[in-house]
Amino acid sequence: MRVMAQIAMVMNLDKCIGCHTCSVTCKQTWTNRSGTEYVWFNNVETRPGQGYPRGYEDQDRWKGGWRLRGGRLVPRSGGRVRRLARLFANPELPMLDDYYQPWTYDYENLTNAPLGDDVPTAAPRSLIDGSPASITWGPNWDDDLGGGPEHLAGDPVLRRVSQEVRLEYERSFMFYLPRICEHCLNPSCVAVCPSGAMYKRLEDGIVLVDQDRCRGWRMCVSGCPYKKVYFNHHSGKAEKCTLCYPRIEAGEPTVCSETCVGRLRYLGVMLYDADRVGEAAATAREEDLYPAQLDCFLSPDDPEVVAAAEAAGIPHDWISAARSSPVNALITRYRVALPLHPEYRTMPMVWYVPPLSPVVDALAGTGHDGEDADNLFGAIDALRIPLEYLAGLFTAGDTVPVERALCRLAAMRSHMRALNLGEEPDPAIAADVGMRPTDIEEMYRLLALAKYDERYVIPTAYASGAGHADATGGCSLDVPGGPGMSEEVFAGLGTSMGAAAEAFHASPLPAGGDDRRRGRFNLFGWDGRGRPDGLFPPRRGEAG
Amino acid sequence: MRHLQIALWGVLPYLVLVLFVAGSVWRYRYDRFGMTTRSSQLHESRLLRVAGPLFHYGLLFVIAGHVVGLLVPERLTEDMHITESLYRANALVVGGLAGVAAVLGLALLLWRRLRVRAIRQAGVRGDRLVYPVLATVLLAGVAATLLGSRAGSYDYRLGVSVWFRSLFELEPDVPAMAGAPLLFQAHTLLGIVLFALWPFSRLVHAFGVPLGYLVRPYVVYRSRATLADRNGTR
Repeated sequence: MRVMAQIAMVMNLDKCIGCHTCSVTCKQTWTNRSGTEYVWFNNVETRPGQGYPRGYEDQDRWKGGWRLRGGRLVPRSGGRVRRLARLFANPELPMLDDYYQPWTYDYENLTNAPLGDDVPTAAPRSLIDGSPASITWGPNWDDDLGGGPEHLAGDPVLRRVSQEVRLEYERSFMFYLPRICEHCLNPSCVAVCPSGAMYKRLEDGIVLVDQDRCRGWRMCVSGCPYKKVYFNHHSGKAEKCTLCYPRIEAGEPTVCSETCVGRLRYLGVMLYDADRVGEAAATAREEDLYPAQLDCFLSPDDPEVVAAAEAAGIPHDWISAARSSPVNALITRYRVALPLHPEYRTMPMVWYVPPLSPVVDALAGTGHDGEDADNLFGAIDALRIPLEYLAGLFTAGDTVPVERALCRLAAMRSHMRALNLGEEPDPAIAADVGMRPTDIEEMYRLLALAKYDERYVIPTAYASGAGHADATGGCSLDVPGGPGMSEEVFAGLGTSMGAAAEAFHASPLPAGGDDRRRGRFNLFGWDGRGRPDGLFPPRRGEAG
Repeated sequence: MRHLQIALWGVLPYLVLVLFVAGSVWRYRYDRFGMTTRSSQLHESRLLRVAGPLFHYGLLFVIAGHVVGLLVPERLTEDMHITESLYRANALVVGGLAGVAAVLGLALLLWRRLRVRAIRQAGVRGDRLVYPVLATVLLAGVAATLLGSRAGSYDYRLGVSVWFRSLFELEPDVPAMAGAPLLFQAHTLLGIVLFALWPFSRLVHAFGVPLGYLVRPYVVYRSRATLADRNGTR
């Protein structure tokens, strides 16, 4: 047993209202730079729908994730030799058109247009080359099922569900699926990186790209089945969701979680047995991958696990955080959270509580009581459309775990309604779904009340544990030459937003002082033009 | 004239070698972030999928040919009973094919770069210098290969190669190079220029050739602690 800790996320899809606040705040934080105009580390897609980039789930086309070859795991796009042979052009790389051509509007024309009879307009301009753009696709083009059935035909999950389902467009259902990087236990993006620039962090399992080692081979972009690694076409480097690691290290939730209006995201520690991951990912039947991944997780209440974890150097507060981890509760205790596309064999670590709302809505639409347990249980079974579709997303097509999760959510509804109306809840409801009434009430507290401190249980262990003497330095982006926003940038916030934005894009190098940074130029913010100070070592005799 | 020859074939190669090594070290130490392929595949893929491999694989064979042609003395191949005519035929067919592939690939890549607006704008200033040099050195090389294949024409293995090997003995054989035809001299000189530009242009991405990938485990783990140490001492 080799115990490792992972910061994992669970999203409760029942509460997502599709407001895109997470996407926008994430973009403002991480990808509001040139080269990443089209990049959304966090995106919210309407399901059924094509997603972003279009049809990313079609692995026959993109060759992301792993596959079994004679019982052994190999990246779906081929092994090491095959990858090196295709170094000079990646045949599976999505084009910008598969994401979307980013654009802006020519606002200057509104004020600069010569006097005339017509009201001047702000015409769309490509953000890539500045030419007049015709907007034909965007990051959320089919939001709220917009665009009609012809767009739905591009949904790879829907394509695999039976024919009759696809034809019933009028009776269709929808829900929102917010997506970030899965920070997988068996990450295929890391596996296909020829430079070894991508890595999984030992301490918290966050998957990152070393910007200094990335050489821009683009294999990770196609290797990730979730298409959550992006190519910065300006810097020529791969970039991806960092799980906001500077915030996580400080015990803060990610930006997307912090700003989530529906309060539907949960962050916590999962303990898992790293020795079991490879074997679990190589499980023969795709439907067995979800239970196989569950078997990898270790209970922080088991004294044997705790002893092994402490022997492996996991700090004590991480183990106690794992004990009160909301993610652990939803994944292993209540079993209502499910992984996204376990059939990719990457062992994803962002899990989802499937939405019961489409079922409740359909039930209420027929005039039945949408909160009666028997009605709900019957409806979950009868409404094969959502069930099969959800199973295609979360359990590789096996409807049993999805049905169990939905029934538990339905039982929670009925049980809590009885309590709120002052009635005696029927103990049979809880028993039907294999839970005790107290379990249901605890789950209700976690899912419905969702207190801040209970949603985010993130240990700030770096300072207190493991004896890293240098961990007192605060933000790990703040190393000399690192990409972090230094104090000077924050100082800019005080004066004006314009100055702050400029400071973010320009060199955060101070004009003078601070010996630590002398002679360093932060290339992360370089626009590629000119000869900035600090790119070259100072000349002899030149005052620093 | 004699001084010019000494400067070109006796001094310049060493200056460029120093520039090449020092420049590469500088680039690695101060601009590791800038060492990338600067791929434009995101903007255009159909042409690149043909032209990219054509150019690069052609170039790999061209480099292999140079290694054989410049480093292996003629005596050695004669000892191996490879006749002069067989050697030349081989150089013409393999070298010619590789050279033509590289030229064709580069032509396609340059055409693509000029045609697609997004790619043209993505280029950096250094490219404007590198591409013409690269194109001319390739064309001169292919021309020298094709012309040099006729029986009785200039045998570079008795001239250019001798000079090249003498560079490493720190006793440059300037007359051996000065006697070469103009085409060979032009090709060699442009090649030297290319090495001078190497560390300061996108050519550095060749240093990133990921051979370590073949022996590496698939999933890489790294500790935050070691990362912090590295950044702290760098």
